[in-house]
Amino acid sequence: MSNTAFTCPQTRTQVINAYFLEHRAKLLDIAAYLDRLDRAKPESDEPDFRDVAFTRCLAVLTDGQPQRARRILELLSDHSTEMPQSADGMKGASGAPQNIVEGGAL
Amino acid sequence: MSYIDPHIHMVSRTTDDYQRMAQAGCIAITEPAFWAGFDRSSAQGFFDYFRQLTEYEPRRAAQFGIQHFTWLCINPKEADDPGFAREVISLIPDFLKCGNVLGIGEIGLNKNTKNELIILEEHIALAEQTNQLVLVHTPHLEDKLKGTRKIMDAVAASSIDPGRVLIDHVEEHTVAEVLDRGFWAGMTLYPDTKCTPQRAADIIEMYGTERLWMNSAGDWGISDPLAVPKARLEMKRRGHSPDTVNKVSLENPKQFLSQSPNFRIEGA
Ligand SMILES: [Zn+2]
Repeated sequence: MSNTAFTCPQTRTQVINAYFLEHRAKLLDIAAYLDRLDRAKPESDEPDFRDVAFTRCLAVLTDGQPQRARRILELLSDHSTEMPQSADGMKGASGAPQNIVEGGAL
Repeated sequence: MSYIDPHIHMVSRTTDDYQRMAQAGCIAITEPAFWAGFDRSSAQGFFDYFRQLTEYEPRRAAQFGIQHFTWLCINPKEADDPGFAREVISLIPDFLKCGNVLGIGEIGLNKNTKNELIILEEHIALAEQTNQLVLVHTPHLEDKLKGTRKIMDAVAASSIDPGRVLIDHVEEHTVAEVLDRGFWAGMTLYPDTKCTPQRAADIIEMYGTERLWMNSAGDWGISDPLAVPKARLEMKRRGHSPDTVNKVSLENPKQFLSQSPNFRIEGA
C-alpha cells in the first residue's frame, strides 16, 4: 500500500488530546477481560481458538510496525480458498479462524 | 448538512428513526433487500417484502422528506438453497419496473459456499441482462477476506463494469483490493462488527475519498441509524473540510447511484 505518513490532519498531540482517554478506557477493558479469563474455570485443556487468536493480535499492537488494524484483521481471517457445497450445519462467524492454532492463518 | 445513508434496512426501524434521521440532515436512503433474522418459508414471503420495499417504505420515508430507494435480491444467507433462491429471483424482473428500484442487492456470500456462489452468479447475470447497478454484501468477521475476493472474481467474470458495483462492509484488510480492482467501496458503521466512525475516518485518510462511501446498515440488530451524521462529526472534529465530509457522505453516493436512471434527488 502507498505511504500513509502524515495523512492524519491532526498533529500527534492533537490525536492524543482527542483520543487518549477513550482508548485508555478501552485498554482497561482489555486488561479486565484478560483478568476475567484468568479467574474463570477452563472447560477443557485445549485452548480456545478465539483466545489464541486474541493473544496473537495483542502482540501486533506493540510490535512497532504500521498498519496494525489491517494486520490484526488479516490474522483474524480465514485464509483457506476451498468452498464447502452448503452452509447446512455450519455455525455463524465467530470472529477468528479455527486454524490459527496451527499457525496457518497467515 | 445534507447526507445520504446508502445502506439501511428501514423495514426493521421505527418511524421515530425516520424523524431523527431527517432532523440530522438525511435527504435520501437506499435500502437493500436482506435477511429478516429468520428464514422465510416461501417465495411469497419475498413477494410481500418486495412490495413493502417498493410501495410502503417510500411513503413512510416521504412523510419526513426522505427519498427512499431500494435494491432487490434474495440475500446470501437464504441463497444457500438454490432451488428456493431461483423461485425468488424469478419474482425480481417485474419489480425492476418500480420507480424506486436502483439495482440488484445486497447480493454476495455469507459462509462462502458453492451454493451461495451459484446464486450470486445468477444474480450477476440478471444484473447484466437488465443493466442494473449492483450492491454487494461481504461476509462477516473471519469470512470477509476470502468472501470479498471470491465475489470480486465472480463479478470480474461477467461483463459488468466494476464502476457499477459497490462492494459493501469493507474494512482495513479489504478496502485496498476493492478500490484497486475498480469497484466502489462502502464502509459500514456498525457498533460491534465492521467499522466505527473513527476507523472510517482513518480509512478515508489513508485511501482517499474516491469511490468510497459510508452507511449505517441499520437493521434489527444493535445498530445506529444516525451513524453517518456521527461519522461526519468525527471527520469535522479532526479538521476535515466540509467539502471532504460532503464528498464521502453526499456527493459520492449521488455519483454512484446516478448511474441508475431511477435515482434523482428532488429539488437538486
Ligand atoms: Zn445490509
